[in-house]
Amino acid sequence: MDTCIEKIRTICADLLAKGEVQKVIGFGEGSIPMASRPIAVTSKDDVEKLVFNATCGLNLANYVADAMPKEGKLAVVVKGCDSRNLVTHMVENQVSRDRLYIIGVPCTGMVDKRKIADLFEDEITEFTEEGDTITIVSPQKTETVSKQDVLRHNCQVCTHRNPVVYDVMAGEPVEEQSLDQPYADVDKIAEMDPEERWAHFQELTKNCIRCYACRNACPLCYCPTCFVDESAPQWVGKGQDKTDINTFHFLRAFHCAGRCTDCGACVEACPMGINVRDFTRKLNKDALELFGWEAGLDMEKRPPLDVYSPDDPDDFIK
Amino acid sequence: MMGNLLDHMGVERDRLHFSWISSAEATKFVDVVKEISDKVRALDTGKKFAKDYTK
Repeated sequence: MDTCIEKIRTICADLLAKGEVQKVIGFGEGSIPMASRPIAVTSKDDVEKLVFNATCGLNLANYVADAMPKEGKLAVVVKGCDSRNLVTHMVENQVSRDRLYIIGVPCTGMVDKRKIADLFEDEITEFTEEGDTITIVSPQKTETVSKQDVLRHNCQVCTHRNPVVYDVMAGEPVEEQSLDQPYADVDKIAEMDPEERWAHFQELTKNCIRCYACRNACPLCYCPTCFVDESAPQWVGKGQDKTDINTFHFLRAFHCAGRCTDCGACVEACPMGINVRDFTRKLNKDALELFGWEAGLDMEKRPPLDVYSPDDPDDFIK
Repeated sequence: MMGNLLDHMGVERDRLHFSWISSAEATKFVDVVKEISDKVRALDTGKKFAKDYTK
């Protein structure tokens, strides 16, 4: 996957030089290893700042609306999941297709930085990637691992690695995975009895500090005033009360119902290592089972909770 | 989907009810409210999404 970066830089330099796009959003090097961050590039001389590797776990669709130039086009570097969020943005009228130039990158998954950090007791000083082999260096030792072994969970169960919409691809499409049990994690929770399930989610969110990083990293969360910030009425208390934490996580997840692409940006952003996907995964499974729906695949279709259809399941209504 | 997620989180499914009742359907309204009351009463006091103000 490293090889894509040269192609990405060439494409971006060309687009910026010709004035076809005013700005490019891509990933740039972070201040420490493995901390790639979103950057905007406006000059062809700066394309060298762009990087692409297995640590680019955030979702760039999240930055499109804010970074959109006043006139002209914005180019975005997208993985499979990011492209699905662009589709969701377009379906929800947040951005128009003709203002975007989409640079698709076939993705073989992003690494779980916590898994890697757990291999070390000291600070990681270097991260290099060569095909499927990842070499991580700290002052104490050097570890070489297979990328497959440290893949994020959402990437392990991803079935849309190739961008679904693009103007140009920066590499050959990769083979899509087919999974027998795509929602094994959800089923595992579902098998517990209700009290165990409650206990599971209490344990899961017990370290939540209500920083809202999960919300901020999520491309779906673009409301000008989020329900958690609203003060009249105040939907949810702002403290560390368990009830408020539960309410926040339940509602944040539900706002993603039928829209979530399982890009994993929420988990990537969480400073406390909470797998908030345990909430959204259940919704994704239901959307698939009840409506045959996976978000962000089709620009022509309205999301299931957005439209009425006579064959919608209705056994819950009396 | 909302009910399913609540249930998945371990909140009793019977606490959430949906119904469509026309203003002309007084008897249906009574029946539905009665059914909801019975089901929720059977579940006892909900503590899961209730704040403890005594703390």
